[in-house]
Amino acid sequence: MAEMAAKGESPEVLFWVGCAGSFDDRYKKVTIAFIKILNKVGISFAVLGEEETCTGDPARRAGNEFLFQMQAMANIQVLDGYNVKKIVTACPHCFNTIKNEYPELGGNYEVIHHSTFLQQLINEGKVGLKGGGEFKGKKITYHDSCYLGRANNIYEAPREVLQALDAELVEMKRCRTKGLCCGAGGAQMFKDAEPGNKEVNIERTEDALATGANVIAAACPFCMTMMKDGVKSKEKEDSVEVLDLAELIAKNEGL
Amino acid sequence: MQYISQIAFLVVVAVATYFLYKRITQIRKNILLGKAAGRNDNQPDRWKTMLLVAFGQKKMFKRPLPAFLHLLVYVGFLVINLEVLEFVIDGIAGTHRIFAPFLGDFYTVLINVFEFLAIGVLLSCVIFLIRRNVLGVKRFKGSEMKKWPTLDANLILITEIILMFAILTMNATDMLIQGQDEHYAQTGTFFFSQFLMPLFEGLSVSTLILVERFAWWFHIVGILGFAVYVTYSKHLHIALAFPNTWYSNLKPKGEMENMAAITNEVKMMLGMPVENAEEPPAEIGRFGAKDVNDLSWVNIMNAYSCTECGRCTSQCPANITGKKLSPRKIMMDTRDRAEEVGASIAAGGKGLEDGKSLLGDYITKEEINACTSCNACVEACPVNIDPLSIILQMRRYVAMEESGSPASWNSMFQNVETSFAPWKFAPTDRFKWADELNKEPN
Repeated sequence: MAEMAAKGESPEVLFWVGCAGSFDDRYKKVTIAFIKILNKVGISFAVLGEEETCTGDPARRAGNEFLFQMQAMANIQVLDGYNVKKIVTACPHCFNTIKNEYPELGGNYEVIHHSTFLQQLINEGKVGLKGGGEFKGKKITYHDSCYLGRANNIYEAPREVLQALDAELVEMKRCRTKGLCCGAGGAQMFKDAEPGNKEVNIERTEDALATGANVIAAACPFCMTMMKDGVKSKEKEDSVEVLDLAELIAKNEGL
Repeated sequence: MQYISQIAFLVVVAVATYFLYKRITQIRKNILLGKAAGRNDNQPDRWKTMLLVAFGQKKMFKRPLPAFLHLLVYVGFLVINLEVLEFVIDGIAGTHRIFAPFLGDFYTVLINVFEFLAIGVLLSCVIFLIRRNVLGVKRFKGSEMKKWPTLDANLILITEIILMFAILTMNATDMLIQGQDEHYAQTGTFFFSQFLMPLFEGLSVSTLILVERFAWWFHIVGILGFAVYVTYSKHLHIALAFPNTWYSNLKPKGEMENMAAITNEVKMMLGMPVENAEEPPAEIGRFGAKDVNDLSWVNIMNAYSCTECGRCTSQCPANITGKKLSPRKIMMDTRDRAEEVGASIAAGGKGLEDGKSLLGDYITKEEINACTSCNACVEACPVNIDPLSIILQMRRYVAMEESGSPASWNSMFQNVETSFAPWKFAPTDRFKWADELNKEPN
């Protein structure tokens, strides 16, 4: 972003990478897949690089409102400094926070999640629908992220993205408004679960495996981690892949 | 003699009204222990939500069978209450079935409709009792469903069954009396209660009148008594569902309420202009919620609107996997605490200063720490109760007033502060992922 700003350019969209997309080895692949798609369709975009910091979502959900607002204000100053208007992100938590919670602190942007962004690219014919791709006829199940679904009523965009793969979309018994959380939301990602008789991600992975799908599609870095760990503990990692929507599209496009 | 029954009726109504009024005033006070909520915006949407969700029962239909049975009871409740109008006029005026001569055949039709609904209510309540006590549907169980909540649920159902029986008995004996005493208003045949007639055949007219009057009095006193009982019961949802949905959160469920007091502090720290800077800062009680008075009044109204159906808890990922958290318990605890504080204040006691608090004595940290903020409970609630709001406000209290968050959350806070990410990575490594992109041939 800084480079573009120095050249006096302003990108069409800012890609908010998020902490998981920046640091988590698994989710970095999603970041790269999404960048490849952006490059392919020739959209001018920028990232904040080292100037990006945590949106504050986990701090806020864990109760530390003070820290959240410090983060939010700092981020808003950076975003406004570059006169950012439109933001796309692959993290539903970043998406929810910037879209719904930054306006009250003075940060107003058009924020879209990458599932909606990909759906728009597909509808515009810029991506997908080639037919006969890698996933044609394969069984894919989609795990609803709480922060997309119930939190923001985004249920169809990710499914429409999957349909573009010409795959067989199979639903879990708990889906859409009744979708079961992966177990990581509300800052659970950053602590051990409270005492119980089962891990939430195992319960959810069982839902996913029961569909007989070869691919569990996710659209959130935390869901990705939880489902991946779930599949691993069920010793199914050889037959079942957990992939992000951007990875699926990028693979289908041969990127 | 006639005047005695009229006076008795008025006395009964007056006593019931007195208790109802007292109780409603008390509940209002208890709810207003909470802070202002600012939910008067967007009124057209609020009316629409209330019409759809409360009046139209939209969210109930996610589970079709209980929704259908509940609809029968609900419509029965709304429509049969029209008949109570006749009860009241008869009671005050000392008349008997005052509408019958005016409405003629239509009266028969009306009463038949009421009887049909009464049968619907009766059957539904019987099925509900079976679901609770025989089939043992899981969401009616749970650690918070102790003696009183279980008894309360059964009492409501049994009372409704008995009240419906009273109507049918009254109609059956009335028809028998009509056959023997032409002074009685002729009403035609009532389809359902005629099947009860054999039970009373052969009784003398005076006995029949006695039974009929007993059923009449039983029904009206029963209804009034039940109305008072409801205010102490989970059944209060029949009234509060309406305001509760009107005051729903209309924003996206993922959005957390902003804390303006903190915004001002943060702005001052960052040297940014603060709104209303000249005004002295409003008195800040405490950050987050420890007790009922820290919550908003809508939170407390939510608690009084809860009918303990357990849809929230049955959808809660933490509860499903055996954690202590149960969103229903959060609501029941909030109500119990509001009742306790309200009763104490009314009795001139210590109220909020009784050394107890909602967080700690009712709700534990283990419960609130188990929440994934997934909004499944909020989505599941047929009357738009928001248990998550209470949980998150309590987390704020624990984090900011007690610094009592779990150790790994405190480390996460530290990471965000120092590394600007919830994990401990060097901020300068944030852009390293791009190296991999550059490595690959394009």
